[in-house]
Amino acid sequence: MRENIYEKLGGIFRDVFNDESIIISDSTSSKDIAGWDSLEHANLIASIEREFGIEFDFDEINKLKNIGEMVNIITNKLGKKD
Amino acid sequence: MKQLDYPFDCSYLLSKKKKLKEELLSDGTLRTEKRIAVLGGYTTSNILLMLELFLLNQGIAPVFYESEFDQYYQDAMFPNAALEKFKPDIIYICTSNRNVLHYPELTDEKNTVEQLLHEEYYKFSGMWERLAKVYHCPVIQNNMEMPFYRLMGNKEFSDIHGKVNFLTRLNMMFCEYAQTHKNFYLCDVNYISADYGLKDWSDPFYWYMYKYAVNINAIPYLSFNVANIIKSIFGKNKKGFVLDLDNTLWGGVIGEDGVDHIALGPEDSKGQAYLEFQRYLKEHKQLGLILNINSKNDEENAKKGLEHPDSELKPDDFIVIKANWEPKDRNFKQIAEELNLLPESLIFVDDNPAERHIVTEQLKGVSAPELNQVRHFIQILDRSGFFEATTLSADDSIRNEMYKENIRRQELKAEFSDYHEYLLNLEMKAEIKPFESVYMARISQLTNKSNQFNLTTKRYTQSEIEAVAARDNYITIYGKLTDRFGDNGVVSVVIGRIDNCVCHIDLWIMSCRVLKRDLEFAMMDRLVRQCQKKGIKKIAGYYYPTEKNRMVKDFYGLQGFEKIEEDSQGNTIWNYTIPEEYKNKQDVIHVQ
Repeated sequence: MRENIYEKLGGIFRDVFNDESIIISDSTSSKDIAGWDSLEHANLIASIEREFGIEFDFDEINKLKNIGEMVNIITNKLGKKD
Repeated sequence: MKQLDYPFDCSYLLSKKKKLKEELLSDGTLRTEKRIAVLGGYTTSNILLMLELFLLNQGIAPVFYESEFDQYYQDAMFPNAALEKFKPDIIYICTSNRNVLHYPELTDEKNTVEQLLHEEYYKFSGMWERLAKVYHCPVIQNNMEMPFYRLMGNKEFSDIHGKVNFLTRLNMMFCEYAQTHKNFYLCDVNYISADYGLKDWSDPFYWYMYKYAVNINAIPYLSFNVANIIKSIFGKNKKGFVLDLDNTLWGGVIGEDGVDHIALGPEDSKGQAYLEFQRYLKEHKQLGLILNINSKNDEENAKKGLEHPDSELKPDDFIVIKANWEPKDRNFKQIAEELNLLPESLIFVDDNPAERHIVTEQLKGVSAPELNQVRHFIQILDRSGFFEATTLSADDSIRNEMYKENIRRQELKAEFSDYHEYLLNLEMKAEIKPFESVYMARISQLTNKSNQFNLTTKRYTQSEIEAVAARDNYITIYGKLTDRFGDNGVVSVVIGRIDNCVCHIDLWIMSCRVLKRDLEFAMMDRLVRQCQKKGIKKIAGYYYPTEKNRMVKDFYGLQGFEKIEEDSQGNTIWNYTIPEEYKNKQDVIHVQ
């Protein structure tokens, strides 16, 4: 499941930042990717919500520190959906 | 670009926007640069990014000024060096009902509510007045979407204290302003949001989280509408339809089923759908759009279908009817040629994907919306924004007649072996004069629409045209041509700028519907006479090549100019010295 999420997430990052070389890992954060500012963050969240059919809440977005946490949240939400 | 045609996939556009932009920029299209100032009442970053894609797709390369967050009012109302320096071609005020400062309280007296309403209105109208005065450019304003909750439920609409009532009345005041002011356009966010679904459109999450007053996922729809208004202001609307018949204007195949068995008319559901679609198409004639037929049928069968008693469209409603067994792309090309239009200015409407494919493959730039089921035809065509009507000129309502007259002229031409004889037989009369206020809208429209007979492809807004007409160091001439078949309206414009005793021709354009009628020589005669009046002996002409204006490459040569310069891009400069005894260059048009 985690790999599956990683794969989709990687695709979203490569699209949003238009950079085919982006590889994400648990520790990847906004510092690691050029152009990941608050405006692109909004697009990123919107893309992830669409792709996985989930909704984040305010705290989840505001406290997000890295990709690892993001994947945890997505895994959790998808688990509840099933 | 197919991905940017309606109905587009919003999530695709939002995710792939950077890649799409790269693709558009590298497709070799020549685009006109336009400077667009977006004054936002909320976060506008994605609105600009989407607007850029749609405009690039329309042949416009935008350069943006974006106000700081929620600074729309300050930017509009106070001196702003950055915006003044930017010199916008268009100002777009992107606001929402989140920018309404005071709504009525339930306890407010009627006159307090009135006062609040007017205060809110004057906040906006004050901006529009000042922007028009300082920047002399078109202004686009969002109207108000409805509120996302209703305190009193349905009574919100009828009660003067209701927010729904308040915003509806504010919108009506915006309308009145638009009806009485040129160069001011409303983006109907109220409709667009309702069409999208207000509940999703106004999902407050995006406001709390990012200060977007609109759901990020809906932004492509907003930007698409704004782009349509902009491309329409700059004369990039389509001009008409090329329509298939079988399973497009009626259900069934007339050649096989027979005229009595096609689905058309009020008797059954399918027939009603085609009937309403025909009505929808016919309504476009009032906007000056033209209808043509391109059908694989015997002509006799095609006519039979159109003479069906329930057919809303009659043979007389069409300008060109091609019903034969030729490939459709060939027919399409011929239709455009007969109308003196570029193929890409016509929309291809056909239910058959294979036919749409061959036409769009063979004729670059032609749009052929994916229409598969008649129940969706109107919705898809209507939301495609092909004919966004920003300026309606008196010419529009009679345009169909004009095209018909042109076809009759072509028939007359066939009767004469001598072209000069034919021109004399047309009994042409021209009005060639300095710009007059009643024609300013049409003149500006013409500068934006003419691509082929256009020497410099310089575009002017109406306010720029008015400014040029008011100045002493400019010679402005419009040409209006009438003949025995009818009035062509204003069809040619020349703008000469006088500098150092030389008249520099900034603009020389002519509508293709009056090609080869010697009007260009009559315009030259008048230009020379105007120069003589001002004591000017030298005229300088400029030709800047584009993809579309090759037909006038040697225009100045034909007028007796001498080429004095040519650069590697093919830009040429021409000189003309007015002889002591200038002889008029044409004798077929009676000039007033």
